[in-house]
Amino acid sequence: MRIESVKSLKSLADKVRREQKKRSTEILVCAGTGCLANGALEVAESLERSIKKRKLDAKLKLGVKRTGCHGFCEKGPLVVIQPSGIFYKSVRTRDVKDIVEKTLVGGEIIKRLLYRDPLAKKKVETYQEIPFYSRQHRIALRNIGKIDPAAIEDYISQGGYRGLAKALTEMEPDEVVDAVDRSGLRGRGGGGFPTGRKWRTCRDAADEPRYVLCNADEGDPGAFMDRSICEGDPHAVIEGMVIGAYAIGATSGFIYVREEYPLAVVNLARAITDARERGFLGENILGSGFSYDVEIARGGGAFVCGESSALMKSVAGEVGEPRAKYVHSVIKGLYDKPTVLNNVETWANVPWIVTEGAEAFSALGTKKSTGTKAFSLVGKVKNTGLVEVPMGITLREIIYDIGGGIIGDRPFKGVQTGGPSGGCLPEHELDLAVDFDTLTSKGSMMGSGGMIVMDDQTCMVDVARYFLKFLVDESCGKCVPCREGVNQLWLMLEDICAGKGRKGDIEKIEALSDTIVAASLCALGKSAPNPVLSTLRYFRDEYESHIKKKHCPAGICKDLFKFKISKEKCTGCEACAKACPVDCITGEKKKLHKIENKKCTRCGACRNVCHFDAVEVVR
Amino acid sequence: MSEKTINLEINGRFFQAAEGQTVLDVARREGIEIPTLCHHDALEPFGACRICLVEITHKNWKGWSGLVTACLYPVEEGLQVTTENAEIAKARRTMLDLLLARCPGSDKIRRLAAAQGVTKTSFKKAAHPTTCILCGLCVRVCAVKGANAIDTSGRGIGKKIAIPFRQPPPDCIGCASCAHICPTDTIRCEDTGTGRKIWGHSFEMVACEACGKPILPRKQMEFEAARSKLDESYFSVCADCSQAKTFKTIGTAFDMEGVQ
Repeated sequence: MRIESVKSLKSLADKVRREQKKRSTEILVCAGTGCLANGALEVAESLERSIKKRKLDAKLKLGVKRTGCHGFCEKGPLVVIQPSGIFYKSVRTRDVKDIVEKTLVGGEIIKRLLYRDPLAKKKVETYQEIPFYSRQHRIALRNIGKIDPAAIEDYISQGGYRGLAKALTEMEPDEVVDAVDRSGLRGRGGGGFPTGRKWRTCRDAADEPRYVLCNADEGDPGAFMDRSICEGDPHAVIEGMVIGAYAIGATSGFIYVREEYPLAVVNLARAITDARERGFLGENILGSGFSYDVEIARGGGAFVCGESSALMKSVAGEVGEPRAKYVHSVIKGLYDKPTVLNNVETWANVPWIVTEGAEAFSALGTKKSTGTKAFSLVGKVKNTGLVEVPMGITLREIIYDIGGGIIGDRPFKGVQTGGPSGGCLPEHELDLAVDFDTLTSKGSMMGSGGMIVMDDQTCMVDVARYFLKFLVDESCGKCVPCREGVNQLWLMLEDICAGKGRKGDIEKIEALSDTIVAASLCALGKSAPNPVLSTLRYFRDEYESHIKKKHCPAGICKDLFKFKISKEKCTGCEACAKACPVDCITGEKKKLHKIENKKCTRCGACRNVCHFDAVEVVR
Repeated sequence: MSEKTINLEINGRFFQAAEGQTVLDVARREGIEIPTLCHHDALEPFGACRICLVEITHKNWKGWSGLVTACLYPVEEGLQVTTENAEIAKARRTMLDLLLARCPGSDKIRRLAAAQGVTKTSFKKAAHPTTCILCGLCVRVCAVKGANAIDTSGRGIGKKIAIPFRQPPPDCIGCASCAHICPTDTIRCEDTGTGRKIWGHSFEMVACEACGKPILPRKQMEFEAARSKLDESYFSVCADCSQAKTFKTIGTAFDMEGVQ
C-alpha cells in the first residue's frame, strides 16, 4: 500500500508499534553473513519450529526475528532475547531446546551460553552490560541487529523514513544541504570530504540531469561495515539517498554493490522494491511532488571500482578504470553529468542528521571530525567485530576496552588502519585520537574504517609485502607508476623477505614511492606506497634487520630465522612435539625438547601451541 | 568550445588560450616541448603514460604546487606551469626506467629513456618482456573508428591488449589504424599486395579500378560505406587516381594546357 502523506506514515508507524507491543518477548537471531556461516539460519529455523510446536507463539506471544549483523561476529551465531536483553553467543541447534525450555518457558538463564568478559573475568548476562556494546555509540548502525532488514514496517516502526518526510515537507532543498553542512559530516568511504560541500557544488552545477549514487563497493581486506549496513538496514541507505537526491535535485541514481556480497544485493533489492511499493521511491514521493528512483548496479569485484570515476565508468558499462579528476565528478560524473557519490555509511547517517538535527551530530566527535565512525575491528584482538564509536576516541580504547585486548594477552605491535593503502601505527601512537586529520598526519589514514590489530608475532616487512601484493593485483593497470611501480616495490620486498635484500634498497624504495605518490593517476596509486612508507617510518629497524642481518625478528620470513626451544622456559610438556607436522622435535617427557633445524619447515605450529613461550626465534 | 580567453603562464612566459584547451595544447602550439607516449591529437587525452607531467601552481593556491598530466589538465585563468625542473625530470626518468624494465627490447622506449639519461633500467626486468606499453592508443582508435574490435583484458601488471577469446576478432575491419598508431610498433600488420594480415585475419584488399593498386580491405570498404551511407563505388578508385581524375576533369572543362 502506498503511503501518500506524512500523516499516513505516522499512523502506519504507530500501528506497527502497537502490534509489536502485543508481543511479550522477541527473540533476535543474527542473520548477518558471519553468523549465517556459523549456522545461524539453522538456529533460527529450529527456534521457530520449537516455538510453534510448543504453541509458545500464541501462549506467550513470542516471535523470532532474523536481524542484520550485531557486529560481534567473533561470538556468532548470536541470539538476543528482548526486552530483557539476555545475550547468548555461539549458539548451535543443539542449544535450541534449552533456550526454549529453560529460558523462554522457565525464565532461567543458561550460563554456558553467556559471554565471558575477558577484562572483568566474569560472565555477562545481558547485551547492555557487554563492554563491546556499552562503549559504542551507534548512529549509522542504529537499527542493525534490532530490525528485520526484510520488513519495511520494522524500519518504519523505528522512526524510519521520518527524516525523509521531514525533509520533503518542512525543509527546502537548500536547508537540507545546510543541515548536512552544519553537521560537519565527512565522507565515510575514505576521503573524508565534507559531504555538505560536495552536495552544494553538485546542486550549483549548471548541467542536468543530476545523479545520486551510493558506493557499496567495499573492498578493503577485513572491512565489512558497509556490507553489514546493506544487509542489516538497507532502508537507511535508501532513505539517505532520497534525501540527498531531494537536496541536490536528482531524479535517479544507482547503488553500486559488489557481487561478492550476495546477501547485501538481495536485501537491497528487496528494500528497493518495498520502498517503491510504499511510495518512498519513484514518482511523487510521499505525495510531495518530488520523484527519485534508484537501481542496483552490481560490480565484478575489482577494488579499483570503489574509486569514484572508475565506479561511474563501471556503472555506465565501460571498463572500470579511473580518469583524471581535474574536473570533479560533482560537475562531470556519471554520463558526464553532475553526480553525488557517497559511501553506504555516509548515506546511513543522513536520515539521522535530518531527524535529530545537525547540532546533535556535530556535538559528537571532534571539531573537524564530527559524529561517529564504524570500524571493523579484526586481527589479533579478542573481540573482533563491528564497532561504531564517536570520532576522537583513542586507538587504545578501541583495541583494549572494546576489543578486549590482544589474543593470548601477547604484546601489541601495530594496528593497520585505513585498509590496504592505509598505514601501520606502532604502540607509542596508541593514544592517538581516531579522526581523519590525526591519522593522516601520522602517515596512516581513516580510510573506510578497517582496523587490523597485530601482535608481536607479526613481521612488519611481511605485512607491507602482503598489502602491496593486494594492490599489485588490484591496480587497474592504466597508468605506469601504479602498474609498474607498485609491482617493482613488491618485488623488492619479496627479495628482502627472502634474504636477498641489498644495501640501498630502503632508499630505493623510498625514492620510487615518492614518484608513485606524485605521479599516479588516481587515489589507489597515490596511496599505494603507504603500507611500506608507514612501516618504514615506525619499524625501520625490522627492514634493516632483514637486509643487513638477514634476520626476521618476528619469526615469519622463513628463510631468515630459526626456532629454538628455551632451556629456561621448556617444561617438557611435549605439546610442541605433538604439533610438529614434520616430526622434527624430539625430547623426553618433562625434559628439554630440541628442534632439528634441517628438517624444520618454520611453520610455527610449535610456537602456537607452547603455553610457556619457550619456542624462541633466533638467527 | 567557448570563446572565452584564458591567460596562463608557462615557464615564465605569458600565453592566451581558449577555455577547454589543455596545457599540452597550448605548449605544443607555442613550441614548448613536452614528451608524450599515450597521446594522439585525434583522440581524447588518456593520462596513462605520465610522461607529460608538468608542475602547476597558482597565486591563489597558498603556495601549493603539484604534478599533473599536461595532456589532461584544462587551462585556467592565472595558472602557472613549469615544464622542466628536477622533480619533473625525476618523475619522467622513473616512468621511463619502469617502462624500460617492462620493454627492454623496444627501440622507442630505449631512445626516450636515453634522452632522459636512463640507459639501463635500475629495476627488475620483466619475466615476460614485451614491447607493449599499454598506452591504449590502439583500443581508443579502434573505438573512434567504430569497430570496437579490441580492448584491454585483465588488470594491473597482467593487463593486456586483447582480442575476444584469443580468436581473430570478428569485428575487426582490417583498417590497421591500431598498427599505424602504435608508438612502439608492437601490433603486426602485413600487406602482401592483394591481402592484409592482422590480428589473425587475412583480409582481401580492394584494388583500384584505375591503377590496380590495393586500396583498403573489402570488409573495411563495406563498413565505411554502410557507416557513411556512401555508395561502395566511391571507394573503388584510389586517392591518387581520384585526384588525377578530378584534375583531368577540371583541365578539360577549362581547356587548361598541361594538366593531366
